[in-house]
Amino acid sequence: MSATTGPVAINTFREAVRDRVLYNLIFFALVMIGAAIIVGQISIGIERLVIINLGLSAISIVGLVMAIFIGVGLVSKEMEKRTLYSLLAKPIRRWEFLVGKYAGLLLTLGVNTSFMTLGLAAALFYVGPPYVRSDATVLVAVYFILLELALVTALALFFSCFSSPMLSTLFTLGIYITGVFAQDIRNFGELTGNPALRAATKALYYLIPNFHNFNAIATAAHGGSIPFQLVAQNTLYAALYVALLLVAASAVFSGRNLK
Amino acid sequence: MSTPAIEIRGLTKDYAIGFWRKRMRRSLDNLNLEVEDGEIFGFLGPNGAGKTTTMKLLMGLIFPTAGTARIRGKSIDDIRMHSEIGYLPEQPYFYDYLTARELLDYYARFSDFGAAERRERVGRFLERVGLASAADVQLRKFSKGMLQRAGIAQAILHDPQVVFLDEPMSGLDPVGRREVRDIIVELKKHGRTVFFSTHILSDAEMLCDRVAVLAGGKLQGVGAPSEIVSIEVHAMEILFESPAGRALPPALAQHATQIGGRCRVEVPEGELYAALDELRRFDARILSVTPVRPTLEDYFLRLVDSGKAASHDVVEAISR
Repeated sequence: MSATTGPVAINTFREAVRDRVLYNLIFFALVMIGAAIIVGQISIGIERLVIINLGLSAISIVGLVMAIFIGVGLVSKEMEKRTLYSLLAKPIRRWEFLVGKYAGLLLTLGVNTSFMTLGLAAALFYVGPPYVRSDATVLVAVYFILLELALVTALALFFSCFSSPMLSTLFTLGIYITGVFAQDIRNFGELTGNPALRAATKALYYLIPNFHNFNAIATAAHGGSIPFQLVAQNTLYAALYVALLLVAASAVFSGRNLK
Repeated sequence: MSTPAIEIRGLTKDYAIGFWRKRMRRSLDNLNLEVEDGEIFGFLGPNGAGKTTTMKLLMGLIFPTAGTARIRGKSIDDIRMHSEIGYLPEQPYFYDYLTARELLDYYARFSDFGAAERRERVGRFLERVGLASAADVQLRKFSKGMLQRAGIAQAILHDPQVVFLDEPMSGLDPVGRREVRDIIVELKKHGRTVFFSTHILSDAEMLCDRVAVLAGGKLQGVGAPSEIVSIEVHAMEILFESPAGRALPPALAQHATQIGGRCRVEVPEGELYAALDELRRFDARILSVTPVRPTLEDYFLRLVDSGKAASHDVVEAISR
């Protein structure tokens, strides 16, 4: 991280901590404790499956809510409150500011996800038996969730560079939901037999990030394994999309008048 | 000839307005200006004159429709220029979850200071703007005046060569205003250039080597403050106490205003001595004689009222 993006990232993280964003961890902890106790009593043989499913889903949902709602405010809040004015008078380029804000939120999401993963591990330990080899897949699933959050944050940041927080939220959420069903939408286009619709759904499939690829919750819950090739492919896929979105966001933001 | 601290050539800014954003409103019109190194330069004008637009253009916060500007010879597009300037925005707002110390430390990180120097500077500048006792208080608990002080500290923390202050006295009490004036004078003593905007003429009169006057986005003129305020003396104001139980002479009575036990009368400058003689004969106790000069508001109102031709005359008068 450069000398200019680093302080922005740390400050963004500090803002999240001071604004008590990480308080959601308490909620998550309560859910995991409650689930571990209840599941331990009512399910026979599938405690691990239920706990992993519940834990990873909660990690994903909490992370998504944070990525979208904090992400869309990363730039707009600074513009609205005019905190950006004195900052951009310093020797920092606009793209460096954006990358710093992005990295700061990613750091927040990373810390949040790490704590939640620890909570999930504690719940798994409680329902026993002690950790098994297939639990490593849970960590890969968490990694995929982080990749997904990195992409969603980049989308939110991109939209917040030229639209209001409300619209940015709608756009990001819209793209996320479309991205989750990207494969289904493409299949639907193929089934209709309409060439125009087929071309449109195919174009959409390639344009919108395919979020379905990042969902390994079911595999992890059932103790399956995830091939290294998929890990590498998802990493590269997310990195490319994030880079593209950050470049586009920088291009938009660098030419914007700050009123 | 040395490079000017600030050099502005034909700077123009139009904003698109209306629902379809097809109409344009000119906020700044062909501004040409040079500020010399080491000057305290006042940028005067009523609200909406284009002062903040100019500042934002120079800071690279907005982009010009036409024209260019250079600061210490570097284009305003050049990121290196930002190492040499400090900027206090109008009505500054900072990260309110930070303490004053953390805020300054954050901004100091964008300069090449080591950790020890950063700490030392932050402490020194907090002291300098009178915030040492509130250094570890979150900014959300700061008053407007305290925020203004924190803003000034962040603007000068890295020892910039040119300091831009947008309405620096705004929100400050008299003590605070004096402290800011002292800081500006001290910056000049250290060879720094200070470019500050205000709509309060007395600030400019007291501090500036030169001022530029802006109205309606257009430069009305550049000159020493005395050239502007001495365009004319409206009248002379005499404050006096009349002897107990005696009515004012008719010649004075029609122009006089009673304020408590005192009387105030305004007479044309040429009739001052005659009026004083009259008051002496009347046994009045004269308390003060003050020239009545136009306020900046009067000045601009007259500029607007008298139209372009009159404005041009004034421009010539103050541009010499």
